[in-house]
Amino acid sequence: MTEQTLWQFVLEQQQKLLIQVWQHLELTFLSLTFAILIGVPLGILISRKKKFAAIILGFAGILQTVPSIALLGFLIPILGIGPVPAIVALLIYALLPIIRNTYTGIISIGYSILESAKAVGMTDWQILLKVQLPLAMPVIVAGVRTAAVINVGVATLASFVAAGGLGEFIFGGISLNNSNMILAGAIPAALIAILLDKGIGFLQNSFTNFRILLISILHSFLLILAIVYIRTNSVDQQIKAGFTAEFMGRQDGYLGLRSVYGLQITPVIISDAIMYKAAFEKDIDLISGYSTDGRVKAYDLLALEDDRKIFPPYFAAPIVKVATLKKFPQLEETINLLAEKFTDSVMVSLNYRADFLKQTPENIAKDFLVQNKLYRPSRRGQAGTVRIGSKIFGEQYILSAIYKILLEGYTDYKVETKTGLGGTKICFDALIHDAVDLYVEYTGTGLLVLLKPEQQIISNVSKDPAGTYNYVKSEFQKRFGITWLKPLGFNNAYALMMRRSQAEQNHIQSISDLKKYE
Amino acid sequence: MVEIDSVSKSFNGKAAVDHISIEVRDGEFLVILGTSGCGKTTTLKMINRLIEPDKGKIFIRGKDISKRRPEDLRREIGFVMQHAGLFPHYTIAKNIAVVPELLNWKKNKIKDRTVELLRKLNLGEDLLKLYPHELSGGQQQRVGIARALIANSPILLMDEPFSALDNITKSDIHAEFKLLEEIQSKTIILVTHDVPEAFELGHRICLMDEGKIVQIGTPKELLYSPANEFVVDFFSETRLLLECKVTILHELKGIIALDHFIDTYGFSENTDLWRALQVLSARGDAILDYESMIGAFNTYRKHQLA
Repeated sequence: MTEQTLWQFVLEQQQKLLIQVWQHLELTFLSLTFAILIGVPLGILISRKKKFAAIILGFAGILQTVPSIALLGFLIPILGIGPVPAIVALLIYALLPIIRNTYTGIISIGYSILESAKAVGMTDWQILLKVQLPLAMPVIVAGVRTAAVINVGVATLASFVAAGGLGEFIFGGISLNNSNMILAGAIPAALIAILLDKGIGFLQNSFTNFRILLISILHSFLLILAIVYIRTNSVDQQIKAGFTAEFMGRQDGYLGLRSVYGLQITPVIISDAIMYKAAFEKDIDLISGYSTDGRVKAYDLLALEDDRKIFPPYFAAPIVKVATLKKFPQLEETINLLAEKFTDSVMVSLNYRADFLKQTPENIAKDFLVQNKLYRPSRRGQAGTVRIGSKIFGEQYILSAIYKILLEGYTDYKVETKTGLGGTKICFDALIHDAVDLYVEYTGTGLLVLLKPEQQIISNVSKDPAGTYNYVKSEFQKRFGITWLKPLGFNNAYALMMRRSQAEQNHIQSISDLKKYE
Repeated sequence: MVEIDSVSKSFNGKAAVDHISIEVRDGEFLVILGTSGCGKTTTLKMINRLIEPDKGKIFIRGKDISKRRPEDLRREIGFVMQHAGLFPHYTIAKNIAVVPELLNWKKNKIKDRTVELLRKLNLGEDLLKLYPHELSGGQQQRVGIARALIANSPILLMDEPFSALDNITKSDIHAEFKLLEEIQSKTIILVTHDVPEAFELGHRICLMDEGKIVQIGTPKELLYSPANEFVVDFFSETRLLLECKVTILHELKGIIALDHFIDTYGFSENTDLWRALQVLSARGDAILDYESMIGAFNTYRKHQLA
């Protein structure tokens, strides 16, 4: 099987790509419009009531620093999922440059010009419209350009809340270790940013009545389309599914649901950080969860039975380069102290403490080690630094914290944790390029995302956990010089989940039962 | 026409204008003269309410201006600023048309009036399409004057309008401005720190210092009947020039034979002495006439000072 080129990928996915580009434009464009409608008047206001300037600019600055995924998380209980929270989040990010540039543009107009405007008998409104805004326009437009470029970038995150856009390819590609997919999303996003910036710049330098008219027509046209898009995006299905971008592209995911179960659902794409909450809030009904996630317990979700076995085992085990084990002789022995110390329910309750009880990974890790009589205080050793990576979800944070305490108690190594690596590809690349020494991978992910063997092999080796583990262990050794240490004992498999109440009401227990509701 | 009635204004507790009363007559050209910080600009700006007085009242044609909407008041008063104060984003045509547009004049009327003013101010029509930064300082100031004159307002306020210009440009504009038909019937209040300018243009001069009026009177009164030492000192540097400028040949009638000078040199009874002496001193064949005119001036001056 020869590897697909970027061009082949684009041709094959062109319809999806066009939809994503269009959604991306809509998101950027709509949020920018609203940001201008709010930001420019606010900028004008604070240029007149200067005592509000510090407060409003400060507040907009604080909003700017809120991480986008956190902001989206805050917005879900209020606005649900889909384009609306995405547009609101984008609008918030676009506000600061627009408010600040409007304010700066207006207050930097020379006093003598304002006095002159007053002296000829202009009213405050006339001064604003005839003198201040025209003179501040270049600075205001510069702010809009900055906001536009920011928004094109942030709009990739819209895919976390089922609002579409090029983020679907970018984050899907990162999760699926598919560079073509990443580039098919990233290159158009970059081009949109450049074109938007240059386009606004071009319009600014050539304002004529004709062009203003043209812009207004174009603007209203796009607005109408955008509203249509929001409406069509919220078409009701009996059971609304929200899957991660990664799940969408996997054989042991959406592809399998279609081919093996014959399910014909049209899911929205959403981030795994948000989907549990969205399911709980009834914004969506069916999610592609992970069986050990603490929120399964917290939100009382039911994992549907995989009665046709499309999800292979996902037993967790630390992976590390063979060369690294030689460099740190005590590493393997110490890490393996945790072998088979977990079960699914142990991991769920640890995750529950993090996801729902909001305890820190460090505290959870220490308690766990104490309970298992493995805790030793840190030796504060200086015999080299081991760097432990983690993917960007709770379980991985807890595991890396456990390893840190364990290693620092049993060996003289110092441990640095590199948490929040945003996906399988990023984590694995970090390991390959020696940016981290060790992280916890899952056998199913190793098989399907990193090794990608032929379908026949997949079916053969994924029949039982040991088969999968042995296959990935030997293949990783051969191909990458990486070894899988002993499994931790829990299986964090994909699972389709629903709210328990809804599942019971509709008598849904297995994935096959869903056929009735597609 | 304009009556300033014991007006005071202070900034940050410091009095800028301190109980000032001035009455400007209809059609009069009043110059407010003083060093920077004496309160002259503050006084001027209170007349069109760019600055509001703390105390006192200002009346225009007997009406209290504080009772009027500031915008309406300002549209009836021409205002010429120190640096022309043109709008950088407007063409010259638009800059001149600002006030008539605010007053909703018809396009044709604005255009005719603009062209008329340009001609009077020696500005080419080709300037109309340009932007202020493309003009020289002198041209900008002429445009500023055109803008203040276009709406035919009966009152014109001028805030150091010529101070940014070089001496040659300044005396050109002075000469044009004085002869301008538009200003003959206007009540004009001009603020300056330039003593010769004040004497050149003002019917009366109001000399200010530290927020107070030191003396208000005709140029002659300030020179020959100074109110105090401050007034004397203020003019000491340019005194001879000023005296010659304020004296016209008519005043020497009876001391010398004016007809001879009028016939020979083309002077009139209204020619000022400064100009006459300059003409005489420039001509090699007028040495005796020059001396006799100086002599006559000395006699006249003795009489004035007595």
